Parts: sequence; structure tokens; C-alpha cells
Amino acid sequence: MSTRERNWWIVAGIGIILYALFPIAWIVSLSFKAPADIANGQFLPTVFTWENYSLILTGDASELFLPALLNSFGICLIATFLSCLLAMFAAYAIARLDFPGKKIILSTALAVAIFPVISIVTPLFNLWRQIGLYDTWPGLIIPYLSLTLPISIWTMSAFFREIPWEMEQAAQVDGATTWQAFRKVIVPLAAPGVFTTAIIAFFLAWNDFVYGISLTSTGAARPVPAALGLFSGASQFEDPTGAIAAAAVVVTIPVIILVLFFQRRIVAGLTNGAVKG
Amino acid sequence: MASIEMRNIVKKYGDGFPAVNDVSLDIADGEFMILVGPSGCGKSTLLRMIVGLEDITSGDMVIGGTRVNDKAPRDRNLSMVFQNYALYPHLSVYENIAFPLRLQNAPDDEVRKRVTEAADVLELHEHLDRKPANLSGGQRQRVAMGRAIVRAADAFLFDEPLSNLDAKLRGQMRTEIARLQRRLGITTVYVTHDQTEAMTLGDRVCVLRKGLIQQVASPRELYEQPVNLFVAGFIGSPPMNFLPATVSGSSLETPFGTIELDERRAKAVEGKELVLVGIRPEYFEDASLVDEAKRPLGSVFTARVDVTEWLGDSQYAYIPYDAPEDVTLQLKELSRELDSDQLRTQAIVSIDATSRIREGREAEFWLDSRKVHVFDPETGDNLTRDADAGAELTRMAAQDRVEQVEQARQKAG
Repeated sequence: MSTRERNWWIVAGIGIILYALFPIAWIVSLSFKAPADIANGQFLPTVFTWENYSLILTGDASELFLPALLNSFGICLIATFLSCLLAMFAAYAIARLDFPGKKIILSTALAVAIFPVISIVTPLFNLWRQIGLYDTWPGLIIPYLSLTLPISIWTMSAFFREIPWEMEQAAQVDGATTWQAFRKVIVPLAAPGVFTTAIIAFFLAWNDFVYGISLTSTGAARPVPAALGLFSGASQFEDPTGAIAAAAVVVTIPVIILVLFFQRRIVAGLTNGAVKG
Repeated sequence: MASIEMRNIVKKYGDGFPAVNDVSLDIADGEFMILVGPSGCGKSTLLRMIVGLEDITSGDMVIGGTRVNDKAPRDRNLSMVFQNYALYPHLSVYENIAFPLRLQNAPDDEVRKRVTEAADVLELHEHLDRKPANLSGGQRQRVAMGRAIVRAADAFLFDEPLSNLDAKLRGQMRTEIARLQRRLGITTVYVTHDQTEAMTLGDRVCVLRKGLIQQVASPRELYEQPVNLFVAGFIGSPPMNFLPATVSGSSLETPFGTIELDERRAKAVEGKELVLVGIRPEYFEDASLVDEAKRPLGSVFTARVDVTEWLGDSQYAYIPYDAPEDVTLQLKELSRELDSDQLRTQAIVSIDATSRIREGREAEFWLDSRKVHVFDPETGDNLTRDADAGAELTRMAAQDRVEQVEQARQKAG
């Protein structure tokens, strides 16, 4: 690459980073502004304050925010775990075994993934109230699985397909049962794929708003995105902008930590050297 | 250790195409058997049926006296080296080799002892802690072999194990495998499409074509007494030349002059009109370099040389010739089947490296007619095959083999 070309890449890269990070930077700056500052149209707060954070973590809004944070974590982690586990078996079957209806399963998964959530929320609301799942953790975990499973199955079956068939056959010849071959050879090799899938699934569940606002009514199961929408200002005439910004920053942090933590695992090309080089 | 017997093995895929068709083959205990043939001949399928990775449509697979058709791969106690090695990338070399033992829940000290032994044999000691990704091709190959020998398996199966290595390493590993097999004396089935590997490694070689066994014999017998056009064309490099010829009495009229046949062979071709004469490149020589004493044993002809290839120790000349349309078509068909696309009818002739024959000139060649074979162009059968002489060659090879194994065991014991 010539120097000229490299400079262009650097300039373009900085441009993209600015474009992507500016709204986030704005929210961060917003979260440190005092209420009087919020509409002043300046990027930096005139007075730097932790007021908004104390409001959501210990103040009036904490009753709404903290249980929601717990709910979000619990529900999203359980949904991610379940969808990864189920998707692992499903994807293995899709990638390895020949059975009738394989195409139908994959296309159904895709259809579910692109199905508009908003159109099933109302019937689901009624159904959940009838069978007592309304405003409970399982009541959100189940619809979240419908969001996370299709994408998990698709990404994982792509990963499984990458693992050479011979790995497993070699294990079988070496004396492994199908289950041993799966557990001792396929799962370790698929680990980067599973992590990638888990992150994607977690984000999908974490970002959901429609199910969260529609299928909950109290702090028993309400997730953070829904809780943010219910924040209210100090008075009727005041917007809770600062508090929402602070809460948004707080819920973004786990996502960033997740990506930084798993990044190495995703990038590590574990199958390197498995076959001829 | 065990013998492997195949009785009327058939493998049909979903579309009814028989990839392996009625194969019966006995592999003796301790024997090194090669399955060879062009791509798509069913050799790998046959190997995978032995190990149990492929279902058997019909027939019996008997290993060590027990029928194993319905046994899972892990119950057959065979070990296999895959074409791409199939090492476990997440495990160290040590754990890769130990893997079969770990599955048997062998105690740690035994695992250590056996892995160390295997590493000794394959000189892998300094690599035991490394991951397969950090090894070279040859080292990976050795790890794969280590994983195969660490367990007391009844037989070794190799599926084109050297095809991913470069030519030099391939030669080294070939001798390595031969030495290992002699030393361990374990029944081995080795699949390859490389006829050099087939000739050098095998006690016996099984030539397959479109799922059918063509000939099972020692490399020498395959070379000197091939059963048909296919085997004759497949074994030998450069391949045997096939010239169209018309029979007149006890002699053959070929594009390269008349070839006189001895009594036995003359009788065999009696009643035929058009035949194919199979002549190996080394049966030719630059006429000016032939010993006077040898000269009457063959015939001399003049031809124009198209291309010469000088390789230092040997030299090849390419001589184009004309053949009738249908023979040309048949030869093209054959060469396509043998995975080589020969475009023109030409003879490849091996001449002495010192020969001064040059491209584009007329030159005199001498042809040793003692060993030529005559093939029926319709059926491809070898009309002049001497079955007794062939069997004798294979018997001698078997005897050599017994002595070798005996020696190896004495040395080891």
C-alpha cells in the first residue's frame, strides 16, 4: 500500500469513527449536564454534574431503573444461554446430518427473523394475560428466543459447516462415540462461533423495546429500554432528558465490555492448522 | 493384528450408481495392500467402508474373523490417517497423539509411556507441546501417524496421506511409512492415485476402475504381466505406448515397422486382425547405441522425433504416429479414464541420456520385441499375458516379504 493510499484510509477511518461515535459522545455529554444546561445547544456542559447519575442510581428514578437493570440482565442472559444451547444442536444437525425438511427449517427460521414484531405483540399480550405469563421473566424470555434463535441457528450452522468433516470422523475412528466427538472435538472448535452468536443474540434481546413495553407492567419483569420510556421529569413541564441520557450510558457499558472481552475469542482463528496448510 | 477379507462388497449411492461393485479381496495379516486407481474409481469409498465411515450396501466385511458390517467405527479397532491429517487444532501434539488413549480412559502413566514411544518412533519429541497450527506439513503428517500407531490397532488405513506434501517430502515420508510398516508388521491398507507410491510401498497392489477390481498382484507382476489395457496404461511412468497393429501370421505390422512374435504369443493373437501392441518406453533405444549382440532380438525403424526431454540420468523422445480413427478415439478415451489427457497419438520412448538424437530430425530406433504385449482393442484384454510367469513374480515378492518381516521381528525382539 502506498503512503498516499494509506493516508486516505486513515482519513476515511477517522471520518467513519466520528460519524459513528458523535451521537454517543453527545449522550455522554448530555448525561453530565444540569437540567438548565440541557437545551443550551452546546456540546460540553457548562457545569459538570453527576446529578443525573445519582438520580437514576439512588434518587427518585432508581426505583424504576435498578429493578429494570436486573430484569434486563437476567432475562437477556437466560434468553441468550437458551438460544445458544438450542441453536448449537439445531445448527449441528443442519450442518452435518441429512434429513428431510432441512431447507424448511432454515427458511422458517429466516421467516421468523424477518416477521414484524409489532404485529404479534397484541395477540401475545392477550395470550400471556390468559395463561399468566404477563409481566413475568418467562413471558419475555420466550418472545426473546423468537428474536435470537433464528439468527443463532444461521450463524452457528455457518460456523459448523466450516469445521472439516474429517475432524469428527477421525474422532470416531479413534474410538469416540458421536456424543464424545461432538463434545471433545466439535464444541471446542465451534467455541468462537458460539461466542460470536452469543454476543449477537444478547444484543438483540438487550435492545428490544416493543416486547419489553407491551408485555410488562411492573418492575417484576420490565427491562431497561421500557423503563427508560417511563422516566418522568421533576415536574410535568420538564423532560427527563438528563436522566434518560445517564441511563442510556449505563446500559451501553455492558455491551461495550462484552465486545471488548470477547473480541479476541471471535478473531482467534481456532481451526488454523487443523488441515493441510 | 488381523486379516481383512472383503466378500462381494457393493456400495451404491442414492442414485443407484455403484461406486464399488462386487469387490472381493483378501488382505493377509501383516500385509501392505495398496488400493490404486484414477479419481472416481471407488478406492477411497472402499477404504471408508473398511473403517466404517461409509455404509456397506451389500457383501461382507470381515476383519480378524468377525463380520463388522454393522459395527460402528470405534468398535472396529482400526486406525486411520486422513488425507488432510484431521488433527485436532485445539489440542497440543501430545494430546492429539494421546486422544485415542484418553477415550479408552487409559491411566496417565500409560498414556505418557505410549505417547513417548510413538514420539520416539516419529521423532516428534521437541514438538509435543506445540499446537498443530505451528507445525510444518511433514510434522503434521507425522503427528497424524503418531495418533494412528499409539493405539494397538488391528490395522492401519491410509487415505492418500502424502498428496498434500511437496515432492521432496513425499519421497522421505514414503520411505518412512514403509519402514514403520515393516517394523510394526501391522496389516495396512493404503489408498493412493500415485503409482510411484503404489509400486514402492505395496506388497500387493489392487488396481480399481469404476468400482471394479482389475488386477490384484505384486507391483512387478502388474508391471510385467498386466491383465488388460487399463492396468497396463495405469502402471508405469511414463505410461506404456499403445500402437495399432495388424496381424499377419506371426508378425505385427505397426507404424514403427514389423514386430516378430515368438511362438507362444503368435498363437495367442491368431485369428485377430487389428490389435493394440503395448510397448513400454524403456523397450526402445537409440539404434546407434544398441549392443551388436542385442540387436537381432528386436527390430529397427526410422521415425521423426517431435520433442526430446533430457533429464540428466535419462532422456525421452516423443514420436508422433498415425492411427486409424477408431483406434485414436479409443486411446483418447483410455487416457481420459487414466486422468491424463493425451491429445495426440504419440509414442514416448526412453533413450540413453548420452544419445545425440535431436528434435525434428529423422532417427533410427531399436525396439526390443521380447517383452511387448498384445491387447484386444475391443475388450482391452491382454492376449499375450503369461499368467504363470506373473504368479511366479508375486510368489517371489511374497517370499521376500516373509523374510523381511522375520528379520524385522528378530531385530526388534
